[in-house]
Amino acid sequence: MPFDHDTVVAFSKSFGLFYLIAMSIGVLVYACWPSNRDTFQRAADEAIEDSEDRPWN
Amino acid sequence: MIAQLTRDERALAIVITGALATIGLAMAAGGRNDLMGSHGWIVLLLAGAVLIALMRGYDGPDPDPERLSRYYDDPTKVGVFLTLTWGVVGMAFGVWVAALLAWPDLTFDAGWASFGRIRPAHTSGVIFGFGGNALIATSFHVLQRTTRARLPDQLSPWFVLLGYNLFCVLAATGYFMGMTQSREYAEPEWYADIWLVIVWVVYFAIYLRTLARRTEPHIYVANWYYMAFILVVAILHIVNNLAVPVSLFGAKSYSLFSGVQDAMTQWWYGHNAVAFFLTAGFLGMMYYYLPKRAGRPIFSYRLSIISFWGITFMYMWAGSHHLHYTALPHWVQTLGMAFSVVLLVPSWASAANALLTLNGAWHKVRDDAVLRFMMLAAIFYGLTTFEGSFMAIRPVNALSHYTDWTVGHVHAGALGWVAMITFGSLYALVPWIWKRPGLYSRRLVEVHFWLALSGTIVYVFAMWNSGIIQGLMWRTYNESGTLTYSFIDSLVAMHPYYIARTLGGTLFLLGALCAAYNIFMTVRMRVPAPDDAISDAPASRPQLQAGE
Repeated sequence: MPFDHDTVVAFSKSFGLFYLIAMSIGVLVYACWPSNRDTFQRAADEAIEDSEDRPWN
Repeated sequence: MIAQLTRDERALAIVITGALATIGLAMAAGGRNDLMGSHGWIVLLLAGAVLIALMRGYDGPDPDPERLSRYYDDPTKVGVFLTLTWGVVGMAFGVWVAALLAWPDLTFDAGWASFGRIRPAHTSGVIFGFGGNALIATSFHVLQRTTRARLPDQLSPWFVLLGYNLFCVLAATGYFMGMTQSREYAEPEWYADIWLVIVWVVYFAIYLRTLARRTEPHIYVANWYYMAFILVVAILHIVNNLAVPVSLFGAKSYSLFSGVQDAMTQWWYGHNAVAFFLTAGFLGMMYYYLPKRAGRPIFSYRLSIISFWGITFMYMWAGSHHLHYTALPHWVQTLGMAFSVVLLVPSWASAANALLTLNGAWHKVRDDAVLRFMMLAAIFYGLTTFEGSFMAIRPVNALSHYTDWTVGHVHAGALGWVAMITFGSLYALVPWIWKRPGLYSRRLVEVHFWLALSGTIVYVFAMWNSGIIQGLMWRTYNESGTLTYSFIDSLVAMHPYYIARTLGGTLFLLGALCAAYNIFMTVRMRVPAPDDAISDAPASRPQLQAGE
């Protein structure tokens, strides 16, 4: 099979589709994973915290 | 500035500026018969001035070790002023270039003031000068606060900030001389592009090095957006600017791409510049300053992650919607259209996330014009992304493309979203980092808010009307099947809208001037030092041995 325009199109139409689906599932699983809830909540809360304006380290 | 650098950093800074001045000299000498020669002089003068300042300050005392227990905000402070300066200058050029369309004689017969030269000076001035400096300044602030780590050193933030502004100066001065690659939003020539790559790599390295130093385990979502902005802009910039210079000491270069590949590369770049420069970076700003100012955590952190990946992934494929009905393969156009439509989901998720964060704080929005700037930005972000998805649909694009509708769309985003979130964030940031009790004048912020809002509305409505009329006039046929209107007919019909747009832009510029004055006066304000203030005065430190 020659490597031409059609080859690239076929690749992007097949692999591209599955890549998009897999990434979407991965992101949704990460965002909704129950044990991540506390980390996310803490991140959201700490971002607006008005504690002393100094680095920790 | 120099007093805060350690001895080693000063030495390194001297080496860097010395090398840069030498390159400037070589450009000035080698390119003396070319436009590059003028740029050589600019590089030589600017690098030389910094070099002299560094050599004069080299023997000063080492900075106080106490500094390491504080955040490093000085580059942010300078960045705020650079943002405002570029903003006022870039917007003033915008008003001029708008007026030029209504009154073409306003070039005053000067070559440098022709439309083709001051138009990119306006676009680069506001996007890169105003927007870019705002992103760099706020990213250093947000990065340190959310990771609870100080920037890794004192030199690299200055290198990024000043190096980036050197790029902006080379870009703007080049346009006036007639230098351009003819690639929209990527007009600067090859050597300026190479310089920007170096600056940008150091910028990304600052991010990674600060993240590596953090003790806070989670990376706050604002940093994800800022990093996507830095990383993707690097990729876009490098690929789109691949070119072969005609000679080593000549400004002219030729792109590696040609034909439809050239067009596709350019609009892959162009649309992602909107996505990652004008969206992702400013979303980073929004995700930090809006919740902070409202005093409420982001409505849904999960949603912010999902929309981050949605925006990051899908924008990459949307660029081909700029090339509907061209030689670009039909399926690539369709791909761009489909992704542009789906993009509405993460875009509206972000806008909704911002607005829902304000639930319970609407009384603050009513009373606090700073927060109102941010709220309005979120609303315009939602409106503009809806409009963008709509305009990317091929039959809609048949009407809108090449008309002022596109210009109206871009300005709804640039004025309504980018500038509003920037001004809101700057107003919030300035009293925090300069440790002032508040802004110099809250009333002036109100005035700015209404000037900005009315200016944006006048501008955008003028361009919507103008664009749709243009589009319709260009596709109206008479009974014999030929066009009813000539191009000049449509141009005459645009004249009142071009005047209205100039007025809208002027209102917006007046608002920006209010902001610059207000922030300048806030910084100058004398305030009683708070009890816990840490003295920065080197005089109060124990004596430093001479010659140490």
